[in-house]
Amino acid sequence: MTAPLLDARNLTRRYRLPRTSLLHPAPVLTAVDNTSFTISAGETLGVVGESGSGKSTIARMVMAFETPDAGEVLFQGQNLHALSPYELRLQRQKFQMVFQDPFGSLDPRRTVGWSIAEPMRAIGADGDTARRTAEALEQVGLPARDADKYPHEFSGGQRQRIAIARAIVTRPALLVADEAVSALDVSVQAQILNLLMDLQDDLGLGILFISHDLAVVASICDQILVMQHGKPLESGPAAQVLRSPAHAYTQTLLKAAGVST
Amino acid sequence: MTRRLPVNFILGAVLVALVVGTAALSLVWTPHDATQMAISNKFAAPSATHWLGTDQLGRDVLSQLMAGARNSMAVALVAVLLGGSVGVALGLLASALGGWVEDGVMRLADLGFAFPALLFAIMLAAVFGPSLTNAVLAIAFINIPVFARVTRGAANQVWTLDYVLAARAAGMNRFAISRDHILPNIAAAIIVQATIEFAVAILAEAALSYLGLGAQPPASSWGRLLSEAQTLMYIAPQLAIYPGLCIVVAVVGFGLLGDGLRDMSDPRLSRER
Repeated sequence: MTAPLLDARNLTRRYRLPRTSLLHPAPVLTAVDNTSFTISAGETLGVVGESGSGKSTIARMVMAFETPDAGEVLFQGQNLHALSPYELRLQRQKFQMVFQDPFGSLDPRRTVGWSIAEPMRAIGADGDTARRTAEALEQVGLPARDADKYPHEFSGGQRQRIAIARAIVTRPALLVADEAVSALDVSVQAQILNLLMDLQDDLGLGILFISHDLAVVASICDQILVMQHGKPLESGPAAQVLRSPAHAYTQTLLKAAGVST
Repeated sequence: MTRRLPVNFILGAVLVALVVGTAALSLVWTPHDATQMAISNKFAAPSATHWLGTDQLGRDVLSQLMAGARNSMAVALVAVLLGGSVGVALGLLASALGGWVEDGVMRLADLGFAFPALLFAIMLAAVFGPSLTNAVLAIAFINIPVFARVTRGAANQVWTLDYVLAARAAGMNRFAISRDHILPNIAAAIIVQATIEFAVAILAEAALSYLGLGAQPPASSWGRLLSEAQTLMYIAPQLAIYPGLCIVVAVVGFGLLGDGLRDMSDPRLSRER
């Protein structure tokens, strides 16, 4: 058995809250508590939980935007948080992110092509930036000529496609999707989910899929991790978690999502 | 889409166009040489040859005011560009690096704010001698903390946006992000501030020249014209009124233009008014 693509071990992240009293130390919020998971190439792990459950903090630690207080993130066997800033920037080509808000994740003052090419420029672009940008646009189902347009000329679903094009243009091994379809209409949601699954088949992507919606997670994930108040409640193959949830909280989520088991 | 331009913007633009146009015109044409004296013709009343009359040395008042406009514009432009560049660079740096760098820059800005501009100019004049260059440097200096603060505040907001996070995920470093994403997206706020600081700079230049710390004779400056006219208030009050009016028009013009630009760049603000 080869090493997993992503191996998150005992991740813990605490935030110091503002002091409420002169005499007592500042209270500490544990956003993520001792959480571990792995993702293999071509596999999708869904992290579900209500807001405040620590899902997004996990995404930020995996993306190395934040450093865990304990635990480590091994990506292709390398501890991301032990790399120098320069080494980390070079590695970033291999793990990319799709954000929740398709209206906020593209710079309004830059053309779509410029934004998509950004990860390539970051390591010194070679000659075929334009060709690869066009390729990425076509991969997400948009015409290559859209590269010259600005974000405001697109709908939310189209923008999310553009954000995905930016995320896959460097042929990453891992994609982190933080509530990537939550801001979209249901019909558009299905299109984007299908696109993600197609890309996964084509590129062998590992996907960390974060959502509050168990129905969405159920439709595309191989593995599921359920979180509450920063703690992992249960995890396992999607079919098993959905069919026989071990935890009452998971059952509540299932009922809320209306997932037939 | 046609949206009505704010009244303050239109009025400001008209006044600014008047001042800037006059300054530009003075580069190629003034009715007379602004420094040409003719003692025999002193305190002449307005006439076809001297539209606004002459001063105590027989110099053409309109020509002096036009040259003064040029002087004010040049000083304000250089001072705001200089102070603005340094201030914006410091603000971007503070915002990009955060931590002790941000704290350090902002405390220095506080220090700059605490330091009265005129006092600084007087100090410069005492050390290096009164000159227009020193006046420009002093005005530029007081602009640095203003721009640093505005830039850092606006930049900190942009740093939290997803497209900046996406740029980080792409592997861009903080300086490239500041250049590619932060600066273009806060440009509007900086331009608004620059317009307002232009008005402040014009006033500061007039004040310094009035005190004899700015433009030196025979160069024309509104502030110097005012101070020269001061002793003649009872003989020829118009000599003080004209440059005073010019200063008011320029300062009010740039102030209104800056306000108008701000209203236009932030629709929320104008709706709440």
